[in-house]
Amino acid sequence: MAQVIDVRAVVKHFGSTVALDGLDLQVEAGEVHAFLGPNGAGKTTTLRILLGLLRIDGGTVSVLGADPWADAVELHKRLAYVPGEVNLWPQLTGGEVIDLLGRLHGGLDDRRRERYIEMFELDPTKKSRSYSKGNRQKVALISALAADVPLLLLDEPTSGLDPLMDARFRECVHEFRDGGGTVLLSSHILSEAEALSDRVTIIRNGRAMESGTLADLRHLSMTKVVAVVDRVPPDLSGIPGVHTLAVDGDRVTCEADEAGIGPLMIALSAVGIRSLTSQQPTLEEVFLRHYQDGSSDG
Amino acid sequence: MADSFAGTWTLTRLALRRDRILLPAWILGFAGMAGFSASATVGLYPDESQRVAAAEAVNAAGALVALYGRIYDPTSLGELSLFKLTAFGAALTAVLMVFVVIRHTRADEETGRLELMAAGRLGRSAPLAAALLVAFGASLVLAVLSALALIAAGLAVPGSFAFGFGWGFTGIAFAAVAGVCAQVTTGARSARGIALLTIAVSYAVRAVGDLAEGSWLSWLSPIGWMQQVRAYAGDRWWVLLLPIALAIVCVPLAFALRARRDLDAGLIGDRPGPARGRMGGVWGLAWRLQRGVFIAWCLGFAAFGLLLGSISDTVTGFLDSPQMQEFLMQLGGTQALADAFLATELSFAGIIVAAYGIAAASRLHTEEVDGHAEVLLSTPTSRVRWAVSHTMLALLGVAAILLIGGLTIGIGNALAMGDAGGIGGLLWAALARVPAAWVLTGVVLLVFGWLPRWVPAVWAVFVVALVIGEFGPLWDLPQWLMDVSPFVHSPRLPAVDSSNAGLVPLVVVTVALVTAGLLGWRRRDLQAH
Ligand SMILES: Nc1ncnc2c1ncn2[C@@H]1O[C@H](COP(=O)(O)OP(=O)(O)O)[C@@H](O)[C@H]1O
Ligand SMILES: [Mg+2]
Repeated sequence: MAQVIDVRAVVKHFGSTVALDGLDLQVEAGEVHAFLGPNGAGKTTTLRILLGLLRIDGGTVSVLGADPWADAVELHKRLAYVPGEVNLWPQLTGGEVIDLLGRLHGGLDDRRRERYIEMFELDPTKKSRSYSKGNRQKVALISALAADVPLLLLDEPTSGLDPLMDARFRECVHEFRDGGGTVLLSSHILSEAEALSDRVTIIRNGRAMESGTLADLRHLSMTKVVAVVDRVPPDLSGIPGVHTLAVDGDRVTCEADEAGIGPLMIALSAVGIRSLTSQQPTLEEVFLRHYQDGSSDG
Repeated sequence: MADSFAGTWTLTRLALRRDRILLPAWILGFAGMAGFSASATVGLYPDESQRVAAAEAVNAAGALVALYGRIYDPTSLGELSLFKLTAFGAALTAVLMVFVVIRHTRADEETGRLELMAAGRLGRSAPLAAALLVAFGASLVLAVLSALALIAAGLAVPGSFAFGFGWGFTGIAFAAVAGVCAQVTTGARSARGIALLTIAVSYAVRAVGDLAEGSWLSWLSPIGWMQQVRAYAGDRWWVLLLPIALAIVCVPLAFALRARRDLDAGLIGDRPGPARGRMGGVWGLAWRLQRGVFIAWCLGFAAFGLLLGSISDTVTGFLDSPQMQEFLMQLGGTQALADAFLATELSFAGIIVAAYGIAAASRLHTEEVDGHAEVLLSTPTSRVRWAVSHTMLALLGVAAILLIGGLTIGIGNALAMGDAGGIGGLLWAALARVPAAWVLTGVVLLVFGWLPRWVPAVWAVFVVALVIGEFGPLWDLPQWLMDVSPFVHSPRLPAVDSSNAGLVPLVVVTVALVTAGLLGWRRRDLQAH
């Protein structure tokens, strides 16, 4: 079973709102897959569909080979979920919640439990009511990581964690993957996806815009080049694939796509390069490019 | 100082907007109930001798005095019209105001809504001030509208205002009490619980006080004050100063407590709890969430049961004029008077306990909108199993609480009469009230399954059923309307001529409602929170 999650052409309406509009999403076994999109893109809706909490209006969904709507209980034995907004019972302590969720998952290994509690520096004796958002998130993360399951679904899991805990979280996710587990995490924090994921699906307005490895996606984007040259060649703007050219004295700044980068280098080296920096685009830039038009929705 | 109230006006408008349907509906309900009762009684007892007889019948019946209070002037039409609503209506007004105040203070704080707003320019006292303003305003509107409804029904003008303001000022007093409670605990549920407990205790204190005529105990209870205003029987206006005095003490206290604490903190702090949990799963969790309220109800019913049981013998040796018989018939009595009063008490208990069933089953709804269900249902927990856990606790809780009521009434009765022979019959009589209360639990399930946003509206169904059951015979409502209320179909045990024919249909209806609700729940989306 290579495909752990297979979502095809899924449609979901809430009244007149179209939350998912023919979404495709494939997650393979053993990968960390980031599900990226701006607020309101449909990430949470998708995760709730994968859990069988919401019913689809069209398309097909399969998770670990099962239909989540029909086989929710069996499926949930093999996955754990961390909601985007973790709401816990205010009168229960963090420790009580972890044990409750562990028991519902069919038992909890005490050593794993203690390990993750220590790792995330959680005080399990405090009432959930007095936890901050980040601490509630930790409770859910600890429960999910301590449950011995092959699939984790995480909805913006680090939005309340401080940088140190964020680093611990990354460690845990990689360790989980190296142990053979599969992770789907939604995010609109690009650095998180960059640091964590093997593959990315970008969603916008309920549709997948792009899917692939980070390398695949970079491939689609531009390389930013800044060069200081002896003499500015006159015909740079004529090279196909070179964009946003700016010349300031002997300083040339531009962006080049895959077709343009080779000819650009030839043209520049012909006139003598004194210094050159080229930058791989961050995921941020890939992202911006996809959403720069109409990013205000949601 | 003024800074700490910054934003009060904005919050007041926000609160009024959020309550724009519920609050007017409740207020009109109160005014309508008062007006309806009055106009029905005016037609029923046109001449004074009939009224005197009926009033003396009420005063002679310990059970009625304990449940509703005394009639101070037997010739007064207003008092006879409203004796069931004086203390009871004041308590309901108090409950409404407690809900309003907690909803806009501690509940908002607990859910973090206030934190969001506090980031804007908002004084720390503003939410409390806004909640109190809304509750006080609502109480005054309720007072005036009720008075006008009573006047329209044909009752005396001064008495009507005394009565209306008696209700309204009781509302103000308990709104202020709720303002204090909201500072004490960190949970909205427990704050509300404490405030409601003060109402229950006030009600019980006045019940004991009223039984011994003229006892000082009645003066200890803010609900007793409403009765001591003696609307339509002398209109003692000065008594209205007492609830205002209570508010004048409580309001500054609430603000002082608020000024001393941080957002989210309480006077009773959160102590650390166990690091390990012992809950056995879905059922254990449901029990953990429900048990506090359940135990409080059991204790309340036990206390009231002992009280009512021990006075039921005062009913015997009763006057036997035909008017009185007729009046008691309208109250649901039969010839066997002691039994009739026990039956009245148990019917009352059966209606009140339905509120427990509604609240307990509504946990499904609050768990869903609070986002707890999402956490739970993403584990290998089936939807139905989870829904059944809370539903069963609601149904079993209703039965247990009623049985405790029946048992303690029986024990009280046995202690007073020196004869324990009636306990078995009273237990059975209490059990016979269970199915009617269950129907409302079933209604919660049905609405939860199919129209989840409307679960809180089941409380309106409850009030309608309560009003029909309590006042239907008095108002001479048409039979088809009476039949809508499940309580009307409960056997009137232990009165001898009662019929058990309604029990099976009530159980069948409950099962049907729960099943239909579960079917809807299985096939609908989880609600977003
Ligand atoms: N229960 C719901 N009812 C109505 N609209 C909803 C509901 N849940 C989500 N939506 C809408 O669906 C869209 C996608 O939302 P969501 O999946 O929460 O996005 P994301 O998690 O990517 O921010 C949004 O426009 C949102 O307003
Ligand atoms: Mg989301």
